[in-house]
Amino acid sequence: MSARSSLIRIGDLDVDGIGRILGTAERFGEVMERDIKKVPTLRGRTVINLFLEPSTRTSTSFELAAKRLSADVVSIKGAGTSMDKGETLKDTIRTLEAYDPDVFVVRHPQVGACDVVARHTSAAVVNAGDGTGEHPTQALLDLYTVQREIAPIEGLHVAFVGDVLHSRVARSGISAFRMMGAKVTVVAPPTLVPRYLGEALGTEVSADIRDIADADVVYVLRMQLERMGTGGFVPSLEEYARMYQVNHSRLRSGQRVMHAGPVNRGVEISGKVVDDPSTLIEAQAGNGLVVRMAVLYDVLSESQTAAPGVPGVTLEAA
Amino acid sequence: MAAKVLIDAEQCRRTIARIAHEIVEHHPDPSAIALVGLHTRGVPLADRLRALITEFSGATPAIGSVDIALYRDDVGVGGGRRGVVPVVGETVLDFDIGKHTVILVDDVLFTGRTIRAAIDAVFDYGRPPLVELAVLVDRGHRELPIRPDYVGRNLPTGPGERITVHLAEIDGSDEVLLEATA
Repeated sequence: MSARSSLIRIGDLDVDGIGRILGTAERFGEVMERDIKKVPTLRGRTVINLFLEPSTRTSTSFELAAKRLSADVVSIKGAGTSMDKGETLKDTIRTLEAYDPDVFVVRHPQVGACDVVARHTSAAVVNAGDGTGEHPTQALLDLYTVQREIAPIEGLHVAFVGDVLHSRVARSGISAFRMMGAKVTVVAPPTLVPRYLGEALGTEVSADIRDIADADVVYVLRMQLERMGTGGFVPSLEEYARMYQVNHSRLRSGQRVMHAGPVNRGVEISGKVVDDPSTLIEAQAGNGLVVRMAVLYDVLSESQTAAPGVPGVTLEAA
Repeated sequence: MAAKVLIDAEQCRRTIARIAHEIVEHHPDPSAIALVGLHTRGVPLADRLRALITEFSGATPAIGSVDIALYRDDVGVGGGRRGVVPVVGETVLDFDIGKHTVILVDDVLFTGRTIRAAIDAVFDYGRPPLVELAVLVDRGHRELPIRPDYVGRNLPTGPGERITVHLAEIDGSDEVLLEATA
């Protein structure tokens, strides 16, 4: 029932939409260089950040993004909410709906939670990570980072390495990089790759870490121990690290390493690579702010109408 | 109704030259002014005025550009129409704002809302001693107490009409058209 446009999965955007958001993010980069790092764009709008799963960088950057756009922002974190008392997501949204929010930014441990939220609100819904589902703003900031730090995405080769199965970062990221014309290779133990991934997303899938050699960008995925339970996906973390850890002996010069964080040093990536100034990990974290500003701007301005009662008004002349 | 040409290329040239003369007349030291074009068509207009003012006076004004997308008064208002996100353009004001008279330059002055937004944008960068406004066409229908200091042509329009300005740098030729929107 959400009347506004939402961003729940990367597929909600087409190539033009992605390009538009990345372009807007560039402009917000300029705003961040000013003395006054705030613009009045979303004055009077209300953004509710509902984070029902741990998060540092995503929740911080969304909150700051809303503030820099002059929106009123309320951040609700998992612990200490009425949901601890047994309230359902639906009832929580209905309650918050009474404050007439314009955007819900939602992180939730369950896949599809954002669709539930969207059914019960007229606000725009932005997915900030739903379980092993999607994380579209992460994919956008990854595209933005590559475009800014390396080169236009079209024709680049990106290798995603590690726990693809549990990774919403990979799910959104692989689609996003493919949409923008990159070649994508997935390198992971077969137990950590969803079945039919290669056919579904048009990527090459390999179980051999040496296949990262041709990639321009090596995107390391976190081993999501909290989602593995006792699943027996890998014999041990030591064994995984021995076979798949991204470290300097497996990288060639010129390859750029990305990781959405938080990193498990010594597991999927060596500490030395994390600390190597040529990796893009810090740039990714830094770019989260301007990209999330661009997303908030986009979902809110996409659902506006021309000023009523002003004939002949065009967007340029309004 | 087909578009009707109200101002042709030659008339555009003379009109812009007259505005440049008026600016020089009001500002004995043009190096102390900054011409700030509003995206999209105010930007090449500001460039042209700058060249003409330099030619007429020997002194070169500072130049800048402002995009008002982030200062609009209607972002997130209403709902329903998809696919019309205003593109955010570049704002460049790399002169000393506190020491220059800012002359905002735009093609068409209509409701005044764009100018209101542009003034807000400029003031986020600093406090200019004086702000003026130069427009190629004033078509009336103001919704705010804003008036231009330099006007190329006053073209009163009806509610069902639209003024379209074409400039060589963007559209290939200079002309001002009257179109019916209804």
